[in-house]
Amino acid sequence: MAAQNLKHALFCAIVTLVISYPILGLNLVAEGTKVVLEGADTATVISILLAAVAVFLFQLFRDNIMGSMGKMPNLNPFANREPMEQSKRQRLDTIVLVLLVVGALIWPFFVSRGSVDLATLVLIYIMLALGLNVVVGLAGLLDLGYVAFYAVGAYTFALLYQYFNISFWVALPLGACLAALFGLMLGFPVLRLRGDYLAIVTLGFGEIIRILLNNMTWLTGGPNGIGGIPDPTLFGMEFGRRVKEEGNTLFHEVFNISYSGNHKIIVLYLIALVLALFTAVVIRRFTKMPVGRSWEALREDEIAARSLGLSRTSVKLSAFTIGAFFAGFAGTVFASKQGFISPESFVFLESAIILAIVVLGGMGSQIGVILAAVAVIILPELAREFSEYRMLLFGLAMVLMMIWRPQGLMPMRRMHIELKKQE
Amino acid sequence: MQDLLYFLQQLINGLTIGSAYALIAIGYTMVYGIIGMINFAHGEIYMIGAYTALITITGLAALGIAWLPLILIVALICAVLVSSSMGWAVERVAYRPVRGRHRLIPLISAIGMSIFLQNYVHLAQGSRNIGFPALIQGGFQFGSPDSFQTSISYMQITIFITTLICMTALSLFISRSRTGRACRAVSQDLGMANLLGIDTNRIISATFIIGASLAAVAGLLLGMYYGSIDPLFGFIAGLKAFTAAVLGGIGSIPGAMLGGLILGVSESMTSGYLSGEYKDVVSFGLLILILLFKPTGLLGKPEVEKI
Repeated sequence: MAAQNLKHALFCAIVTLVISYPILGLNLVAEGTKVVLEGADTATVISILLAAVAVFLFQLFRDNIMGSMGKMPNLNPFANREPMEQSKRQRLDTIVLVLLVVGALIWPFFVSRGSVDLATLVLIYIMLALGLNVVVGLAGLLDLGYVAFYAVGAYTFALLYQYFNISFWVALPLGACLAALFGLMLGFPVLRLRGDYLAIVTLGFGEIIRILLNNMTWLTGGPNGIGGIPDPTLFGMEFGRRVKEEGNTLFHEVFNISYSGNHKIIVLYLIALVLALFTAVVIRRFTKMPVGRSWEALREDEIAARSLGLSRTSVKLSAFTIGAFFAGFAGTVFASKQGFISPESFVFLESAIILAIVVLGGMGSQIGVILAAVAVIILPELAREFSEYRMLLFGLAMVLMMIWRPQGLMPMRRMHIELKKQE
Repeated sequence: MQDLLYFLQQLINGLTIGSAYALIAIGYTMVYGIIGMINFAHGEIYMIGAYTALITITGLAALGIAWLPLILIVALICAVLVSSSMGWAVERVAYRPVRGRHRLIPLISAIGMSIFLQNYVHLAQGSRNIGFPALIQGGFQFGSPDSFQTSISYMQITIFITTLICMTALSLFISRSRTGRACRAVSQDLGMANLLGIDTNRIISATFIIGASLAAVAGLLLGMYYGSIDPLFGFIAGLKAFTAAVLGGIGSIPGAMLGGLILGVSESMTSGYLSGEYKDVVSFGLLILILLFKPTGLLGKPEVEKI
């Protein structure tokens, strides 16, 4: 047994060297038109060797390590705790929720412009993740082209403004509905496909939308994108220094305060907050309605659900359409926040980030998804020196989550009723 | 005459690209055939093969070795070695622990692995695309010099012949060798093969190694053919190869070859007669249509759902 372990450990160490040294240790550098090879610095080489040694030792003593891991006491102090009483828990939930919302409403007035801007981006991702959560988490349909619906929302607003001068508030429902229509159109034929085929088809669809946006230059401006997208107005009030649109008034003139660029940022943040709350509440209601229950039923056991009379197509289609609707919502806000959109913003990686948020948060769990969106968008900003490792860590986190905690950091709590103890 | 020559040129270009797609598609189809998962990171394995080949070629050039066959063979061996180790390690680390769970879990793990590998190469080698030296130059020309000329480069011939050799070797391996027979048994019924004393874990590892090796060969060939590589170039190629695998019927090895060729030709016809920008739209559109109307592909067997 020991000899076999040693052989296996040696093999693993050699594989580690083979897969890391050529890529990490030898760098291709372009010098003029020629490409030359440069060895990496000593630190890199040493860390490659250390990694190989670590793999060797781990594999050699794997049985011992795994054995002692199993014997370790459970560190989670809440593991054996009695579940809270339902009424108490509900009250606690409400209090926490109200505090959070009030905090989120007041907070932007005291911090810098940059952080409010970032918070708006987080809210956009929360909307996206909540929408994808319906499709992936609740209905169990892996959608890898979700970003296409986001793009539809953003481009709807940009194009409607460019050609018909339509404002944010009119474009918002239109963008969302058009995205939902796209979802319906794509969903109708593809939803009878099996899970992993569906994933690839949606991925292909996302790429097709992006390529079309890139190449239909006469309509979308191609890779140059569309600029000059206006900020939202609030009851006909604009936030610029001067009135752009006939018939509008200026925010700082109406309230008789001095002009500040911050007003616009804060109002945009508050609009995004309201829309994100709207998304969360609507989806929460959906999960308690029969249609939401049938999403979960179909995810858990398709055959059983169908034999109980659920229509597979309409249930899946509803999840797909609702998910797409909220992506369109987020897209419109995104276009308004950036003022400029181009196909660059809607690549597959974006879909992967949204999917990572849903997976990390716990598929189906709203609170988990919201916290994960906050973490995924803000952490790279805090640790800027690590920002180039962001995607690397994303990928790693996705793999590790699937291995150790496929249900996510905050798994979904099923609706249930506890039986009262008999006296 | 001129039209015919133009058509012939597109056909040749298409068959060249298509045979390379077929090489990558083998990896998807074999893995799917055995454990029923889409190895999303396969395109990245192919990209790593191309990078290793370029690193080897540059290294050999720095050492002053200029004999072309030696360079190509050493580059091929290095690329295959690194890619197959990577394929083995990826299966071991990311797929084996989640095998047998719900369908989406291995797929998400594979997507994570794909993002990880892309950024691994991105961090180590930079994100800019790097020129790949055209080692095999020259070719034949048909047609009169004053009108359109059809040309076949030696590079295209190399791609075609290498693919042919690899495919023949693979077919012989699968049909004749002991491991090949075990592969077929495992793809028919994993549990039963296990009961009959086949080390299924070893066979699954072998599948990943074979797929990764063929992808590395494709990486070297296509890297030379396109003339430049970057860390993202595995992603689209991987999708195309997956399309090819589905087109031919996933799980079927001859299907992957056929699918690759059909996809390559339809793509080059689109570039030749419509516009190069829409060739990706055509291949993804083809994928969607095939999955809608004939999900089993051209040569695949229908999958029966048992309750």
